[in-house]
Amino acid sequence: MAENKGVMVCGEIIEGKLAAITLEMLGGSRALADTLGEELCLVLMGSGIGNLATEAIAFGADKVYVVDDPLLADYQTDSYLPVMEKVVKEAAPNILILGQTAIGRDLAPKLAFRLDTAVAMDCIELIIDPESKLMLGTRPVYGGNARGVYACDTKPQMATVRAKAMEPREKDDSRKGEVISIESGLDPSMLRTKIVDKVKEEVVGIKLEDAEVVICGGRGMGSAEAFKELEELAKLLGGAVGATRPPCDDGWVPSTLQIGLTGKIISPTLYVGVALSGSSQHMAGCTGSKNIIAINKDAEANIFKEAQFGVVGDYKKVLPALTEKLKELLSG
Amino acid sequence: MPNMIVCVKQIADPEAPPGSFKVDEAAKRVLPPSGVSQVISPFDEQAVEAALRIKDAHGGRITVISLGKDFVGDVIKKPLAMGADELVLLEDAAFEDADSRSTAYALAMAIKKVGEYDLIFCGRQAADWDAGQVGSGIAELLGIPSITVAKNVELADGKMRVERVVADGYEVVEVAPPALITVSNELGEPRYPKLKGIMSAKTKPVATWTAQDIGADTSQLGAAGARAKLLKLFVPVKEAKCEIIEGENPEDAGVNLALKLREVKLI
Repeated sequence: MAENKGVMVCGEIIEGKLAAITLEMLGGSRALADTLGEELCLVLMGSGIGNLATEAIAFGADKVYVVDDPLLADYQTDSYLPVMEKVVKEAAPNILILGQTAIGRDLAPKLAFRLDTAVAMDCIELIIDPESKLMLGTRPVYGGNARGVYACDTKPQMATVRAKAMEPREKDDSRKGEVISIESGLDPSMLRTKIVDKVKEEVVGIKLEDAEVVICGGRGMGSAEAFKELEELAKLLGGAVGATRPPCDDGWVPSTLQIGLTGKIISPTLYVGVALSGSSQHMAGCTGSKNIIAINKDAEANIFKEAQFGVVGDYKKVLPALTEKLKELLSG
Repeated sequence: MPNMIVCVKQIADPEAPPGSFKVDEAAKRVLPPSGVSQVISPFDEQAVEAALRIKDAHGGRITVISLGKDFVGDVIKKPLAMGADELVLLEDAAFEDADSRSTAYALAMAIKKVGEYDLIFCGRQAADWDAGQVGSGIAELLGIPSITVAKNVELADGKMRVERVVADGYEVVEVAPPALITVSNELGEPRYPKLKGIMSAKTKPVATWTAQDIGADTSQLGAAGARAKLLKLFVPVKEAKCEIIEGENPEDAGVNLALKLREVKLI
């Protein structure tokens, strides 16, 4: 292979728009490309991609590879993997970045194996080493208890990045770039899996990932009924309700409310953790929270090591009083 | 009746208090925490549970494979006590200091030696290094389809029907065996071994295989076969500065918390 050059981002399209993570990756990868003095390119796979390539250029891409095929309408390993393999072999990038999403989690390891390179999954920081010029990826390991810094000598150097780990750039419609169409080379017989149904479990109201206020309940809530109290507070503050893993596993709330390493990644201005211990696995999803408030009856709970303000006490007594007083303050 | 394989990993209990966690930065290794027990990685236990649910409905045979060292008998035999049929342990110095690739290679070679399989189950990620690559990697090396992050699995009319977790809900995906499925916590609690299961686990076959036994190319194993390089390992510093809001009683503390939030302009 010729010398690998350029930073490539694998884009995602959600309901006809560039996904938030894709804009974030373009922002963060632009900085990597500039440090190396190399180009930033984006790969867009889908069906009916339209003018999203132009938009991607406005958000920082120099070049956009567009692969438009009805077989790419939904993500399936057997369609996206050979297409990415083809694009990477053609463009020979130095660095390849994907999102730590349902797509990236599935696609990145397989692509890395197929390309005989390594991928650092779920990175929260990517930098270029000033001496070696290699990409260094920092990722939480051991449920967030430690951080590992990874690199590899093989090309492309691959990483997936966690939601909200990078900042999108301001849209600049005057930016110029190149759009390159690539044939998918797919035929239906290549797909060994079939999506037969899609079930949405999204709750009404503000999305957890976008909420400025998140009220989160843990195992100590004790029941599905108890979460109603959290909803009241969330509603009052214009926020969303989230949960740690146990309430999801016990079916008190849908699993789409789970915040943490294997759930949603949030970055609210205000996070209130109620009756939860603050395990590293959960806190891994909250690292972007600007202000953490804790209510727990166990003074030794880990959440108090993360929180800015806390109340040690039974939430059943603390929470109604807090909600009432906040109501009074907000109406006054 | 399906032949099933489940890959599991023995790790230090990830539910142990974060305070017990320490690393040796110079050696880039996690120090074995004192007083923390070994367990099967929770997602892997759910993978065992997924296979058992298929076995409950359709019969079949479950072979559990684990790569590691210092196996604790009662821990690593738990899948047998839950209802799996045999256990294969991969233990050899050549397997050590592997990355996701060299781990997946060793497991794929062991699966080839087991021979016939219809379904392979893995946890979505090991709850220590949290990479989530080995399951997908095995499928890639074996050239079989995979579905990742499953919350429910069923076998009907010769096809696997898998509920795959995505951001806004789940997709129902069908695949014909042979296929590999990675399992997520949404599958639900794995069953507890019953006394009868624990007793019968003592007589179930347990084999230990080396690199030579699985016909592996040693240049692809362990540290030699690793592509990923760990340059640094550290515990992030936390600035513990929580201000505890007091009160005459819990209700009073709740009121004071509201006043504090107003004072610092968070509401």
